[in-house]
Amino acid sequence: MINQFILSLISAIFIGGVAGYLGSLMITKRMGLVGGPLGHLALPGVALALVYHFNVFLGALLTIIIGGILIWLLEIKTKASMEALSGLVFASGVALGFLILPFSEEHQLEEALIGDIAKISFADTILAIILSTLIFLIIKRIYSKLLLAEVSEDLAKTEGIKVKKYNFIYLACIAIIVALTVKLVGGLLPVALIVIPALTARNFSKSSFQYSFGALIFGAVSAILGILLAKFYGLPAGLLIILVGALIFVVSIFLKKSYE
Amino acid sequence: MEEPILQVTPHPILVVRGLNVKFGEDEVIKNLSFEVKKGEFLIVLGPNGSGKTTLFKAILGLVPSEGKIIWQGAKTPKISYLPERLSQDQFKNLAITIKEFFRFKESRDEKIVPILKAVGLEPKDILNKNPGNLSSGQFQRMLIAWSLISEPEILFFDEPATGIDIGGEETIYSLLEKFWKEKNLTILLITHDLDIVYKYATNVLCLSKKGVCCFGPPKEILTPEALEKIYKTGIKFYEHRHD
Repeated sequence: MINQFILSLISAIFIGGVAGYLGSLMITKRMGLVGGPLGHLALPGVALALVYHFNVFLGALLTIIIGGILIWLLEIKTKASMEALSGLVFASGVALGFLILPFSEEHQLEEALIGDIAKISFADTILAIILSTLIFLIIKRIYSKLLLAEVSEDLAKTEGIKVKKYNFIYLACIAIIVALTVKLVGGLLPVALIVIPALTARNFSKSSFQYSFGALIFGAVSAILGILLAKFYGLPAGLLIILVGALIFVVSIFLKKSYE
Repeated sequence: MEEPILQVTPHPILVVRGLNVKFGEDEVIKNLSFEVKKGEFLIVLGPNGSGKTTLFKAILGLVPSEGKIIWQGAKTPKISYLPERLSQDQFKNLAITIKEFFRFKESRDEKIVPILKAVGLEPKDILNKNPGNLSSGQFQRMLIAWSLISEPEILFFDEPATGIDIGGEETIYSLLEKFWKEKNLTILLITHDLDIVYKYATNVLCLSKKGVCCFGPPKEILTPEALEKIYKTGIKFYEHRHD
């Protein structure tokens, strides 16, 4: 049996790295904050999974997708703004999540909110590795296409890029990555894994290659350091990964000057 | 509305017949027909809001339209398009180098370097720069190189010299003329500048807000009366709106 610590370390590296990589594209597309509300949408799914003992990832993914479709349908039906409707659906998601989770089960509530990677199973580790790798490969393929569409959608379309199709694939990847990060940092904090590594990488990048792979590396390094500190101090790993990431970002602001 | 004037060309590469583009109730292009022959330098002229950019987008399939757009020949020719107001600020917000921008279309450095030199840029100075950090003249020349690198047969340029000083504008157009002749390109270009029309255009297509259009060699069709029709109608229309 592989050591539990190794399992959590490996899954954190994969999830943290790919969340950072995807995050660099999300920030480029000014969608960095989407990870926050999407994480909230995962809460009722996580709650259901914990209460009925099925896979947390599947629960999270299920309610993220249902929530996304709900926002889309409500927008068509009411013509209200996507932003306001997202607020409605996300908040309802959080409320529902809390109702489902019995308050007496303190640990379950904590796991839903801030994650628990320390007890990740072998099967879940394999799932995290496979899905992260798959998403990395997909995003790597469509990264430059979406980047050109960001420069000019018309330009991308005349180059034969099917912008709508790639945007859909990109959104599906975000949903899966957020569902994966829920295991690591809970439903409250996925946005941190998406935004922080990319922000740090941006301080050192002149090219999109440096930016995207920098984000991947900073995401993975924060995960390693966070997991090590969690092991050492016996604190929740997800929280430490985020704080380490934020600390690296602060340091990067000062290093940026000497880099330039 | 006057009937569109149609000139029959010997070897058209593009035929547009009865083109209509509507945005809601607003008919931006109404029953427009014209042909472009291979090797032509066609300038599309007209006041703001006359549908010049929309015409390009309709031909390129970027906005829905009715009517016929027919590419003559065995297959659709290779097209490059430079949209209007592609701004340097858009690039400044992205972590991207000029080399990466060219890699969207061409991965080989040995093709990128000569084309940059051909538009008067020094590759080693700029390849690792963000396009947003070039001067506006350099930026526009870089875009021309970008549109040429895929070796297109037809170029669609929407006001390629906007925001450049007079000297820089001259350079842009003489570069375009040079490539047009060297590479036997077909160019469709939008501009407001009548000097450019007289100097370079083999044919001119004029659009006006009332949908009146004229089509033909500039020296024949751009009579003072025709120009008044194109532009004065526009000016009166503005005055009416502001009343």
